[in-house]
Amino acid sequence: MKEQGNIHFCGVGGQGILLASELTAHALLAAGFDAKKSEVHGMAQRGGSVEAHLRFGKTRVYSPLIEPGTVDIMLAFEMMEAVRYLPFLNKKSIVIVNTQKIAPPIVATGKMVYPDHCLDAITQQGIALVPVDAFAIARKVGNLKAVNVALVGVLSLYLPIDEATWVEVLKKRLPAKILDVNLKAFQEGRKAGK
Amino acid sequence: MTQKKSTQEKLWYSGNEALALGAHEASVRVASGYAGTPSTEILENVVNYKEIYTEWAPNEKVGLEVAIGASFAGVRALATMKHVGLNVAADPLFTASYTGVRGGLVIVVADDPSMYSSQNEQDSRNYAYAAKLPMLEPADPAEAKEFLKLGYQISEQFDTPVLLRSCTRVAHVKGVVSPGEIQTSSVTPGLVRNPAQMVMLPAHARGRRVAIAERQKKLAEFAETWAENRVEMDDRSMGIIAAGTSYLYAKEAFPKASFLKLGMVNPLPEKMIRDFAAQVDTLYIVEDLDPFIEMRVKAMGIACIGKEKIPAIGELSPSVVRRAITGDVGVATFAPVDLPPRPPNMCPGCPHRGLFYNLNRLKVFVSGDIGCYTLGALPPLSAMDACVCMGASIGMAHGMAKALGDEGLGKIVAVIGDSTFIHTGINSLINTVYNNSYSTVIILDNRITAMTGQQPNPASGTTIMGEPANSIDLPELCRAIGVKHVRTVDPHDIEGTYAVLKEEIERPEPSVVITRFPCVLTPEEKKRPKTPFTSSTENCTGCGMCLRIGCPSINWVPLSPEEAKAMGKKEKQKGYALINETTCIGCGQCLSLCKFDAISTGETK
Ligand SMILES: Cc1ncc(C[n+]2csc(CCOP(=O)(O)OP(=O)(O)O)c2C)c(N)n1
Ligand code: SF4
Ligand code: SF4
Repeated sequence: MKEQGNIHFCGVGGQGILLASELTAHALLAAGFDAKKSEVHGMAQRGGSVEAHLRFGKTRVYSPLIEPGTVDIMLAFEMMEAVRYLPFLNKKSIVIVNTQKIAPPIVATGKMVYPDHCLDAITQQGIALVPVDAFAIARKVGNLKAVNVALVGVLSLYLPIDEATWVEVLKKRLPAKILDVNLKAFQEGRKAGK
Repeated sequence: MTQKKSTQEKLWYSGNEALALGAHEASVRVASGYAGTPSTEILENVVNYKEIYTEWAPNEKVGLEVAIGASFAGVRALATMKHVGLNVAADPLFTASYTGVRGGLVIVVADDPSMYSSQNEQDSRNYAYAAKLPMLEPADPAEAKEFLKLGYQISEQFDTPVLLRSCTRVAHVKGVVSPGEIQTSSVTPGLVRNPAQMVMLPAHARGRRVAIAERQKKLAEFAETWAENRVEMDDRSMGIIAAGTSYLYAKEAFPKASFLKLGMVNPLPEKMIRDFAAQVDTLYIVEDLDPFIEMRVKAMGIACIGKEKIPAIGELSPSVVRRAITGDVGVATFAPVDLPPRPPNMCPGCPHRGLFYNLNRLKVFVSGDIGCYTLGALPPLSAMDACVCMGASIGMAHGMAKALGDEGLGKIVAVIGDSTFIHTGINSLINTVYNNSYSTVIILDNRITAMTGQQPNPASGTTIMGEPANSIDLPELCRAIGVKHVRTVDPHDIEGTYAVLKEEIERPEPSVVITRFPCVLTPEEKKRPKTPFTSSTENCTGCGMCLRIGCPSINWVPLSPEEAKAMGKKEKQKGYALINETTCIGCGQCLSLCKFDAISTGETK
């Protein structure tokens, strides 16, 4: 990984995307990078499509926004959402995608169907795809809400930050009640991504 | 003036958290405002600094008036709001410019270019010009904190309220922020009588009008040497004047260009601008929304390129700025893929949903308002026909009734949330009664200001500080206004609500129906044990009735004729409805819609 990078988080409101991006930002800061992160709150959180842009570098980061075509790593919490942000990717991007399908209202009410094999739109461009069943990991560790930290575990394999730093950050940032489950989810994520 | 550091550690803060820290470091003592994306979290963080009295006001005008009062009493005061909130607060704003301040007064206003969560895209800088007030514009969280502190110094030094313009990409951007010195006010708190300055009757105001002109002159001189208006000379073939986030985008797009970075957008440092312009070959003004700086630079007779290239609509970004100026589209990007859209939806079990299902059935014209319930305009509920600004629903419904007379009777309702009703709806209800209308007003009392993230309001029974508070009795309030027919219903009870609505809508007199049930995200509702519903695949005939309420917990599972047959169903059954038991909260709305016993209560969890 370069001295600077752009990480794009996307998914559906309520999936824990903001927490995942927060943990990642703290790990980057702990590893000595500057960083800026941009999120959209408000309406977007009522089950709508949600994204967060995280930019980091060894020198000062100016813009908090990632430009189209310049994402280094995408962490997608839902398959169709990964495809929605395709214009942010380039041929060298790495796309980590949770292989979960969440039906938007128009699909849930039977007016449209969830597109089959939608991830083909990404692989057809020759982009590296890392599919992860984070929901299965979350179920395995015993907390369905651990999907986000399981995905952060996968992401951790692709960033220039050592494992101990990540673990420190998780310990510092997560409430004691859910720490053990999430440490497990993080490790399972790392295993699944290897 | 300065004392101890507030803390030593570097912080990872959003702009709103940074502004709250800035308020603490500036020794603010009173903070008031009204929620509105992207400004809401400022006060939600200020509340953590116990020395600052913090409150939610019922609307932005009240919030600013509270801050003005605190300033008159000699303490530093803060008012916060989103851009459209400043419209509501504009009346006190314009005259507070005349009175000036005792304790420092800063008004933070958060713009929302691209309208991520707003009904319009207005540019607040125009208010600074119109009200003759200084306005600072930070670019990121670290600057937001520093500028707020500088704003208090400027406010006290120049005897003026100060505007600080934030925006979505400052408020909701996180970055590294360093804690700083605690700065104290030079003013002694207390009541000081000074009618010539604080009582704005015409004779006094005429004097103050002149004082403002002098203040503007002094501020313009100050702007020439103020450290936050700074020149970064580099390649002189391209010079860019920019402020706030526009500076960051331009810097990212043209790292080698020369910059005049403005920390203060009103008034502008004319001499500095002239000097800078003279040193560069081509001068660009990069600013989002209106050509605010550009118009003034052009009025100075300086040639520059602005809105003929830089978009005036929507938020800027490095790529938008680069493309606009050089035509360079940057890296080739992949075309977007056509996908089913994913707009926001009301939560599973949202009390608003049952009401909108009924309004859709009643086929009335719904004069709407702003809140989570505005989502009732989207299919399948599709039951809102107008929505302009907070509080407008009731006045608009009354206007429709007066325009149409008997012809409109039974066809018009206003819907308004509890927080919005208290914000600016009450006056309109008074008007409806006073001027003898027949419109029916439905108050959606979900006990909270939900859309902006569950802030308590004067009907909720708590304050932002978490203390118990008086809770307005909405039915009694409506009766006091003079509404004779006030009824309260449970919106989860679909048929009961329908019956009441039908009666009240047809009534040739003003009436109020209050749909009362807490938002599922209120702390009490979150704690309450839930009994999710289950769906019986066997009994479901695929009629699709339950889908008409659009609950995200009900999913349609399509079936091919073969699959339908294999399941023992009629071949022509196109699918069945399936309730997601992990997200269903058991509100019961769908139960009453199913005629085939395919939905039943499950176990409490
Ligand atoms: C003048 C103004 N201030 C603030 C806002 C932001 N805002 C929109 S809706 C809303 C509150 C809605 O609360 P309520 O009426 O109780 O409806 P709910 O979301 O709870 O359904 C706020 C603060 C705005 N649009 N306009
Ligand atoms: S937050 Fe509350 S009011 Fe808003 S959609 Fe969800 S349940 Fe409804
Ligand atoms: S009971 Fe029906 S309408 Fe209510 S949350 Fe559950 S599925 Fe949705």
